[in-house]
Amino acid sequence: MSRKPYVREFANTTWFFRQARYMRYIGREVTCIFIGAYTLLLVCAVMRLSEGQAAYEAFLEALRSPASILFQLVALAFALYHTFTWFNVTPQAMPIQRGEEFLPGSIILGAHYGGWVVLSLVVLFLAGVF
Amino acid sequence: MSERQIQLEVLRYNPETDSEPHFQTYSVPCLNEWVVLDALNYVKDNLDPTVAYRWSCHMAVCGSCGMMVNGEPKLACKAFIREYSDNIRVEPLVHFPIERDLVTVADDFMEKLTRIKPFIIPKEQRPVSAGEYKQSPAELLTYKQYTLCINCMLCYAACPEYGSQPEFIGPAAITLAHRYNQDSRDGGRDQRQEVIATHEGVWICSFVGACSEVCPKHVDPASALQQVKVASTVDWYKEHLMPWGKK
Repeated sequence: MSRKPYVREFANTTWFFRQARYMRYIGREVTCIFIGAYTLLLVCAVMRLSEGQAAYEAFLEALRSPASILFQLVALAFALYHTFTWFNVTPQAMPIQRGEEFLPGSIILGAHYGGWVVLSLVVLFLAGVF
Repeated sequence: MSERQIQLEVLRYNPETDSEPHFQTYSVPCLNEWVVLDALNYVKDNLDPTVAYRWSCHMAVCGSCGMMVNGEPKLACKAFIREYSDNIRVEPLVHFPIERDLVTVADDFMEKLTRIKPFIIPKEQRPVSAGEYKQSPAELLTYKQYTLCINCMLCYAACPEYGSQPEFIGPAAITLAHRYNQDSRDGGRDQRQEVIATHEGVWICSFVGACSEVCPKHVDPASALQQVKVASTVDWYKEHLMPWGKK
């Protein structure tokens, strides 16, 4: 008897619709585009700053337009989603063993969220918010 | 014991007569305690003896009865009928060629498993008279979880990276490599790194995490793969930034 295995094609463009977990994964990956876009916005800010006070103030004015505010809100929401989803898998990616036990995942998660809060406070302090 | 009638849709493929697979539906009277494997056995014993599928232990130890149950990679012996509606669809594990009906061709996985040398490679040859290799509970803990893999290949069916890039060594094989690398009695890490610290090794993985979600033994392959990435990155920095240091 000869063998004739049947090979099923992998749906390269639609596979992520197959299961909800794949959609969550794609969500985590796609949201990085908005983080990249916001980074470009920061690069633009530095460029305008280097061109002098007038250019920088015009840039700040442009940031206050409705479209710009909408973009920043969307970027913030997606950045938060991206951050939460990545932070939540850190106990899996870097388990810490202490003797005959693993450190609870909640401690690793807590350290990440704690570090995030501290860094955010430092940035806000440097920005003169406090 | 309560009984209910389910419609079991089975993907059929006969390599001698079929050009492509098709579904065949069987009406199966199931007891509430049954698993999908029991329903398949009922079909085989009472309705259609030609249905082909793999199984052996019926208790989630042998890893033979992996299949797609309503699109989800499952062990048929661990998928309880009571958790499903009256229509259950079973297909062979995706990402593997179909040999016949629910039986897949596992050659690719077996070849990859062999490549990662899934056995202890002693650091140095010792005579038996030197005694046993001692290992502390803490040393055992570093890899114990990864010894629970039963090679059922559900993680390969769950992994879209393996589906799109079949050269990927894949979750179970890399996890097993990590299991031996972590073992204090082993000295074969350099040999295994040549296979797993490569693009077709761990770097194809983008941490979808589906492998860990479907693993019936809670091995958490995604965790092992991320640890291999971290260790391989540390290797790279040591080699390029501290060439005088020992790897």
